[in-house]
Amino acid sequence: MRNVGIIMRRELASYFATPLAYVFIVIFLLLANWFTFYLGAFYERGQADLDSFFAFLPWLYLFLIPALSMKLWAEERNSGSIELLMTQPVTLPEAVLGKFLAAWIFTGFALVLTFPLWLTVNYLGRPDNGAILAAYLGSLMLGGGFLAIGSCMSALTRSQVIAFILGVFACLILLLAGFPGVLDVFRGWAPQSIVDAIASLSFLAHFDSIRKGVIDVRDLLYFAMLIGLFLLATAIALDLRKAD
Amino acid sequence: MIQTEHLTKHYGTLTAVEDVSFQVGPGEVLGFLGPNGAGKTTTMRMLAGFVTPTSGRASICGHDVETDPLRAKASLGYLPEGAPSYGEMSVRRFLAFIADLRGLEGARRAARLRHVIDHLQLEGVLEQSIQTLSKGFRRRVGLAQAIMHDPPVLVLDEPTDGLDPNQKHEVRTLINDMARDKIIVISTHILEEVDAVCTRAIIISQGRIVADDTPAGLAARSRYHNAVSMQLEQAAQLPQARAAVEALPAVAQVEVSERDARLTALPRAGTPILPAVSELAARTGLKLKELHLESGRLDEVFRTITS
Repeated sequence: MRNVGIIMRRELASYFATPLAYVFIVIFLLLANWFTFYLGAFYERGQADLDSFFAFLPWLYLFLIPALSMKLWAEERNSGSIELLMTQPVTLPEAVLGKFLAAWIFTGFALVLTFPLWLTVNYLGRPDNGAILAAYLGSLMLGGGFLAIGSCMSALTRSQVIAFILGVFACLILLLAGFPGVLDVFRGWAPQSIVDAIASLSFLAHFDSIRKGVIDVRDLLYFAMLIGLFLLATAIALDLRKAD
Repeated sequence: MIQTEHLTKHYGTLTAVEDVSFQVGPGEVLGFLGPNGAGKTTTMRMLAGFVTPTSGRASICGHDVETDPLRAKASLGYLPEGAPSYGEMSVRRFLAFIADLRGLEGARRAARLRHVIDHLQLEGVLEQSIQTLSKGFRRRVGLAQAIMHDPPVLVLDEPTDGLDPNQKHEVRTLINDMARDKIIVISTHILEEVDAVCTRAIIISQGRIVADDTPAGLAARSRYHNAVSMQLEQAAQLPQARAAVEALPAVAQVEVSERDARLTALPRAGTPILPAVSELAARTGLKLKELHLESGRLDEVFRTITS
């Protein structure tokens, strides 16, 4: 576990050694605020909650998280530094976990920086802060799920652009899984249990209840399992293809 | 001790390395030679645990690279081809990161960091990011990370590739300094390197070992082993000299280079011909600029074996 911390710290420091961290945070905050106030009609709704922020967050993450995760492994493979890393006395799971945690912590940091929204809503009214905290927790889990998928896509290729496109596509599929438009495709011929299974895979279904302030263990478990599964897939993909 | 047994790596239908077995013991500096694409890097990567062999096994200091990878890696310092590293990091941070991964702590960590920084003369670039360094410095940073934990075994993939002559000399001096108490394997396609640093050379071609010998032993395989080369003062004397030398019974063949008025006499089956040739030169009154005995040409041996 010592090595996980070492790799995580190096990775986090590298975000801030390049403009990446600053560009990401600025764009994230600009878009988050624009979505909240303009598309989400924060003032017009006249309600003291952050629903207009959390409702758009999955769509913001859809593009920004793969942009963050695309470099996780594709860059290591392209520059050859993966050979340096994997010939140190570290295991593949330690490296996968360390790099993922760095990206996750960074995402969490960007999320924390949206606190002015929380201050605003508390200034304007009396929101249910417990529900807001739950929604933040859900957002963090959602970000982790997106990152784990992005990490896996990044492990598949040495091109960051391809990693990005694959990441957006995979996340989009999981986002849309619960939408009627997608479910209707299956509803005509597949048994109800399959339709339900596909719907239950949806990011949005699990995120929506947490976002409304209801923390269900099953939703948290869903995200935890999703993260675990895709990190495992990352390690397998790397083990098979790291030297290609 | 490095040991490989029937090490083999296939990529699909392509055979990168086939049935490579060798042992390297303490005090040996093994040069791993071969044309580009012969399987040098793949073999090194299998030793370092980065590429999994299709069959066969390799061990470092008794630790199998597949079943006991962490111990094998702990005994090994490895410089990957091209010395990749994290370009955005400063040299100081990068070396600290490696020291942490190597599990160095406290006074020993500080001492090892001091040692590699001094030894590779990195003091002046510690705060520079690695991507802004020259190729020579980047290679030195790569070597610094390889020797960070003072490993008993070093595997260096093309440590001098792309360096200028001064930098090559520095790296070779460094390798010679470490050779006394370590096992070192270097891969190269530069033959002068073998003479400069290696006690033993393995030549690999199309994934197979085709020669395993000392540098002197390899040179002795050359047609030029014990050949006598002389340079005449006047190119006009070449035909006359050629005829005279060819007439000697121990001389198998004579090669002539008009450009520098040079004549090389190749011996028959390794018999010494220097006394006969020099006596002949004195007797016939050839005016010589220079005359010497060749020990053998490695590049010629290399070409003969690998092509």
